[in-house]
Amino acid sequence: MYAYDEFDRTLLAERVTEFRGQVGRRLSGALTEDEFKPLRLMNGVYLQLHAYMLRVAIPYGTLSADQLRRMAYVARTYDRGYGHFTTRQNIQFNWIKLEELPEAMAALAEVGVHGIQTSGNCIRNVTTDQWSAATPEEVDDPRIWAEILRQYSTMHPEFSYLPRKFKIAITAADHDRAAIKVHDVGLRLHRNAAGELGFEVLVGGGLGRTPFIGKKIKDFLPVRHLLSYIEAVMRVYNQFGRRDNIYKARIKILVHEIGAEAFSAEVEKEWESIRDGALQLDDAVIADIRSRFIYPKFEKLADNPPELVEALQDERFATWYRSSIARHKVPGYAILTVSLKPVGLPPGDATADQMDVIADLAERYAFREIRVGHEQNLCLPHVAQRDLPALWRALDAAGLATPNVNLVSDIIACPGLDYCALANARAIPVAQDIARRFADLDRARGIGRLHVNISGCINACGHHHVGHIGILGVEKNGQEFYQITIGGRADEQAQLGTLLGPAVSYEEVPDLIERIVDAYLELRTNPRELFVDTVARLGTEPFKERVYEAH
Amino acid sequence: MAAPQQQKLKVNGPVTVTANRLTDGVVVWRTAEGGWSTELNDAIVVTTAPEAIALLEAAGKRDTDAVGPYVAPVILGEGSAILPGNLRERIRVAGPTFELPA
Repeated sequence: MYAYDEFDRTLLAERVTEFRGQVGRRLSGALTEDEFKPLRLMNGVYLQLHAYMLRVAIPYGTLSADQLRRMAYVARTYDRGYGHFTTRQNIQFNWIKLEELPEAMAALAEVGVHGIQTSGNCIRNVTTDQWSAATPEEVDDPRIWAEILRQYSTMHPEFSYLPRKFKIAITAADHDRAAIKVHDVGLRLHRNAAGELGFEVLVGGGLGRTPFIGKKIKDFLPVRHLLSYIEAVMRVYNQFGRRDNIYKARIKILVHEIGAEAFSAEVEKEWESIRDGALQLDDAVIADIRSRFIYPKFEKLADNPPELVEALQDERFATWYRSSIARHKVPGYAILTVSLKPVGLPPGDATADQMDVIADLAERYAFREIRVGHEQNLCLPHVAQRDLPALWRALDAAGLATPNVNLVSDIIACPGLDYCALANARAIPVAQDIARRFADLDRARGIGRLHVNISGCINACGHHHVGHIGILGVEKNGQEFYQITIGGRADEQAQLGTLLGPAVSYEEVPDLIERIVDAYLELRTNPRELFVDTVARLGTEPFKERVYEAH
Repeated sequence: MAAPQQQKLKVNGPVTVTANRLTDGVVVWRTAEGGWSTELNDAIVVTTAPEAIALLEAAGKRDTDAVGPYVAPVILGEGSAILPGNLRERIRVAGPTFELPA
């Protein structure tokens, strides 16, 4: 956990007071909606189909037990008793009232969370690997660098009115869980031959209407230059990014239009003038930020303790263990993923009661720490293996132990037309129907790792382009239709899916997905060949033949 | 696709004007008396573009009651029933199409 200082607390308290005044003036009519809208958006307040929605950032996906408990309180007191975890390490409250928003924000600010920069054309919540500081794969804790970027970018006057929103993701592991290749800037922390830490820098990735995989513009940026280099990137984008057409305003369009080489040259030119200036991170600054992260005091434990070995005799526990547990960097500990994808329920939603349960479990068993992943699941990053049986029982009792992590029913879905004012089609009920179709988890395990991502419009909040199976809702003559892509992936081998064939109606989607899965089972060389690897080996044609001709 | 508020106005049947209540975002419809109601059945219904534009302009004059007014299609049902004219409006009337978690 990162311990906020007095500056952060004062800033948030002042922001709440300011927003309270703005809401008061809006309700009295002193501010028009045109005047108020940009102010509320700067605090993460949207107006959706049926209500205001409050989006709250979870910086680099890390939450304390107290913060999660406070979110449960806000959900219960000011909303309808649940919250929705998004693909950008945020939580959204869907039914919040404008007149009560200042109180809700004040409650959140008391524990250091807020909606600042969760909307608008600014640098958004910097996201990272939800297994940070727990996985043995990483070279450093990427959250250190995310926190440095957070402090740098918060209310940065030069970058508060960019051409468009700007999203940065960081990974420090070879296996990318932060989807850095589909962000405006993706940073991969690694060591050079001399053992020094630095970043591989990618720019111009993104999904939405015009998806692109990020292009590498630097192999190795020494960490001390992180801010000056990012500032150079932002300045080039701010200067050359298009402001005449909202659909061409993201940095990915600029990088695509002028080419990564020319973009990189502009950045280098800009960087040259600032690289050794005030933005250079000296060791003392980095050490200070690092010192404010509080790490668990791990016990000396052995792997596979007797409590775990005995519990693994229980087939239900063993199934959940295989699905939800990953190796920790410290012997005797484990990383636990909490599936927010119970079959038939909205993906990524947690009730206030469930949030309280997870907060209590984090407090008791997991050093008070919870993480949020872009796959819309939660994670307890540091749990002793001996405690896993007790954790499983408690999670199971709260409906939080569905053993489907990374399986076909572990679906990413945006809120879609059921909530979102921008959507053209529903996403959540489509996810529910598919999950029900594959409710037999033995069958799902036989299929293996398969990521289904669903978006209710071209803005792609459900990351459909990088789903192994991607589903995009569109509207044709007042009816919902769904385009299907296959072969996308969001990891270190990120690529965009390929359109499989004509769009199908809402009712036809589960059948179509089942035919795609059946085709995969027929085409794979062996059960270890994942769906996405079969598509990579064969292309889409064999799938198209089987899926559409059989229909 | 642009949100309804941003679309060019085409009127091919009965329509009304809808918005969200300022204080809490609840869906409301314009009434014949120039107010807002949370009941679709209270809505004023018109069938031509000039009428719809006039209704929309009147609704936009005062923004302390309702926010983001736009013209939405309706269907005239049996008796005096007014029904939402498309899926988006059905969801705005009835809420999400699945059981809410809590």
